[in-house]
Amino acid sequence: MGSDFSGVTAIAYLASGVLFIRSLGGLSKQETARAGNAAGMVGMLVAIAVAAITWVASGDVGARQAGLGLMVGAVVVGGVVGSTLARRVEMTGMPELVAMLHSFVGLAAVLVGFSSYLNPPAGLEGVRHTVHLAEIWAGVAVGAITLTGSIVAWGKLKGTITGKPLLLPGRHALNALIALSIIGMGHPFQQMPGASGLPYLLAMTGLACLIGVHLVVAIGGADMPVVVSLLNSYSGWAAAAAGFMLNNDLLIVTGALVGSSGTILSIIMCRAMNRSILHVVFGGFGTSDVKPAAHGEAPAGVVQEIKADDLGVVLAQAKNVIIVPGYGMAVSRAQSAVQDLTRTLREQGVNVRFAIHPVAGRLPGHMNVLLAEAGVPYDIVLEMEHINADFDKTDVVLVIGANDIVNPGALDDPSSSIYGMPVLEVWKARLTVVLKRGMAAGYAGVENPLFYLDNNRMLFGDARKSVEALVAAVRK
Amino acid sequence: MATIIGVPKESLPGEKRVAATPESVKKLFQRGLVLRVEKGAGLAAGYADEAYRLAGAELVDDGWKDSDAVFKVRAPTVEEAGRLKDGALLVCLLYPDRTPGLTDVLKPKKVTALALEKIPRVTRAQKMDVLSSQANLSGYRAVVEAAAHLQGFFGPQVTAAGSTPPAKVLIIGAGVAGLAAIGAARALGAEVRAFDTRAAAREQVESMGAKFLEVTVKELGEGGGGYAKVMSPEFIAAEMALFRAQAKEVDVIISTALVPGTKAPVLLPRDVVEHLKPGSVVVDMAAEQGGNCELCRPGEVVDFQGVKILGFTDLPSRMAATSSKFFAMNLVHLAGELGQGDTLTVNLDNDVVRPSLVLHQGETLPPLPPKAPSLPAPKSIAPRPDAKPKQQIMSQSGRAWGTTVGGLALISGLFVLGRFAPPDFLQHSTVFILACFVGWQVVWAVTPALHTPLMSVTNAISGIIIIGGMVQVGAHLDAATILGAIAVLFAAINISGGFLVTQRMLRMFQREAAPAASKGGR
Repeated sequence: MGSDFSGVTAIAYLASGVLFIRSLGGLSKQETARAGNAAGMVGMLVAIAVAAITWVASGDVGARQAGLGLMVGAVVVGGVVGSTLARRVEMTGMPELVAMLHSFVGLAAVLVGFSSYLNPPAGLEGVRHTVHLAEIWAGVAVGAITLTGSIVAWGKLKGTITGKPLLLPGRHALNALIALSIIGMGHPFQQMPGASGLPYLLAMTGLACLIGVHLVVAIGGADMPVVVSLLNSYSGWAAAAAGFMLNNDLLIVTGALVGSSGTILSIIMCRAMNRSILHVVFGGFGTSDVKPAAHGEAPAGVVQEIKADDLGVVLAQAKNVIIVPGYGMAVSRAQSAVQDLTRTLREQGVNVRFAIHPVAGRLPGHMNVLLAEAGVPYDIVLEMEHINADFDKTDVVLVIGANDIVNPGALDDPSSSIYGMPVLEVWKARLTVVLKRGMAAGYAGVENPLFYLDNNRMLFGDARKSVEALVAAVRK
Repeated sequence: MATIIGVPKESLPGEKRVAATPESVKKLFQRGLVLRVEKGAGLAAGYADEAYRLAGAELVDDGWKDSDAVFKVRAPTVEEAGRLKDGALLVCLLYPDRTPGLTDVLKPKKVTALALEKIPRVTRAQKMDVLSSQANLSGYRAVVEAAAHLQGFFGPQVTAAGSTPPAKVLIIGAGVAGLAAIGAARALGAEVRAFDTRAAAREQVESMGAKFLEVTVKELGEGGGGYAKVMSPEFIAAEMALFRAQAKEVDVIISTALVPGTKAPVLLPRDVVEHLKPGSVVVDMAAEQGGNCELCRPGEVVDFQGVKILGFTDLPSRMAATSSKFFAMNLVHLAGELGQGDTLTVNLDNDVVRPSLVLHQGETLPPLPPKAPSLPAPKSIAPRPDAKPKQQIMSQSGRAWGTTVGGLALISGLFVLGRFAPPDFLQHSTVFILACFVGWQVVWAVTPALHTPLMSVTNAISGIIIIGGMVQVGAHLDAATILGAIAVLFAAINISGGFLVTQRMLRMFQREAAPAASKGGR
């Protein structure tokens, strides 16, 4: 009976694969993005519907009522939980949500792997059986790494786990040892008949979980965008591995799409920090192998403060203003106040634009989402490469809760640990004002010579309160 | 005992400034200092006695008598100095060489004299640098005076009645005053060119929007303290030639050239002025120090063959309200260097105060060992052209090689697999690798602004693993079924959560209401 449907299933899976590709392609422009997302939803509906029909058609439903009930219940509960999360999440909390969802994919991959081991498809003999076991082994390993890695990333983003990298002595050796034992244990596992290799599989899962925790714990807070992107790609690979073990092409295609998407994001983030991916994964930011030269020379000069009232006058008279938001804006939830300021200034004829560094925030594109939430029109929010040449024609640059991404040392101080990282060249503007809580260094732990420049002023205090004071001052 | 600060009325004819404003009085008063402002001291600058009183000052008939410290703009006359209390602190633009006999009066009175013109020109002392704050005003005012005497527009005009080109303005010396003059002249619409012997000035001149003029002779003019030095005869000859050539073109010359310690250099001798068109204006800001223009007479407007030569020595005084405000705030900051709280004390270890002291308790202090570069050239933070950022990621070609080698390794691996692996595995691998390439192509096109929605939508579609879970749900409630169902549960969270949050985010991305011709944002 199932064979009747196999052709239909294949075509349906092909259709949803194409729809998924459309969905990613739609995100290339804001104008097509919503249609893209809708395409993804349709693709998912088609896939699930066909899978459900196949499941129903594959045998007597009556005999499988328990299974059906369980499945429907799971879908309903999962759907409700998911939509609640989606409705409730604050845009500042997006990184945490994304990390959490990654961990779910990892978990699902692990579960499917175990389930597939306990209840293998019929008729696997010889080499095909061996390949199946290897697929399970790999799928579960990647899934487990994604699972625990994402949980740790979630904790770090939420702040329950410290953002500082935890570096165990000999951690490279430790990682290598665990990786080798995961591979090594594969051999005895595939020798075991039936499901009797379960202890091996469990032990391996434990080790993979360990490696996931260990890898992410060693990575510093500012590297989180890379880590989240990497975990995104892992979750894709885990789904692809599940596709291999279940002989399901749609899973493979989707997994590969997600995997390459995450990989590309990681590459973009790494280029934006001038660091190699290996350096991020195995390095840890500001660790002993990069740091020592960083404090070669404390910047000379004085830090000059400015009051919100005075700055308001300056802003109201400026022609061109660029706002550079950073993670600090997200932390103090200043985005609505920033939009108020933007609107007020634009009403007075000031040309206000935003400059977004690729690694600003804790998630690729995080700042764009926050500004969009506050109602900032997206066509005045520009990427680094499009706006960097405009700073010398700018009257005032407001740096809100950003630090390392505006550090001139990255361009001219070879002793700086962020030397070589592309940065927003704000200091070319006639006046820069840094809104900051205090004089602490950024996540890279590097002094910022910008603060000591003659054309820089500091506006100390909570970003949201400062921006609100600015709005009031401009309106005066 | 709190220090009593006296603020006398300026006695020099034409000097309208005052060393304290109600604003500065309030700041000093809040520190606990006692302020005694001479009646009428601020009137010429527009500050009424009553305002001082409200700020906390005591109004007195004589600002000199019994004051522990005296804040003043100009140096005192010998007679005024005689009224100082013994051991008092005198803070003003002292220029001790210009008032003969002044130090002879101050010495026996054990006066400590702090000369504001001697404050070192270091970054830390900028907020106390009276010369800079006043030069800024003077530069602006020089342009305004020039405009008032020029018989035409500064900016270009195109009207129905006719058109005029912009006035051409030459500014000699790009110090604080020169740069301020460039800014003011540019703001009025003039075409501005500037000359300075110091190479460091070029960048600053160009940043203000003026053209930087050069002579053919190469010689660096950086002297100590941010001033220029005296140049060689060859250089001066070349300079004169340049000025003669410029004089034929320009409508306004503003000269600001000073070399510390000597008379101002004569840069505009009679024959240069003769080259100017009648109706042109020369503003000689060095008039007080002898003048850059040979024909200049300090404090007067000279008409030479139709060329007006302005020798005003009171440019800051012509804007007395603002110049007094800046001057007074400079002094408030300086008072901060003279200790905290309700007393002023002179600390000889202070690197701003010590070089500025002409007399300490009546004694001349031994000269300081000259610190060679007292003013580091304003550090340019533009990236050095030779400093090529090291790259941790591989170079383009390195990456290309890496890809090639990696690709070959992958293909050979696949060949090995092809020999031993079962056919359906190979088919899956084909699909997998092709899908990777498709994903690669599609995702690079995603705009960075949408990277967060990209992540959440990939979160959602990786929930496709739900199918894997569904397949595993079997007839019996065994472990495989339950594990499968849990997988379905979590995958369902991903699907609904991912898609819905993406939708929510994408709805927030709004274009401007008016479809303005926008650039970027693609």
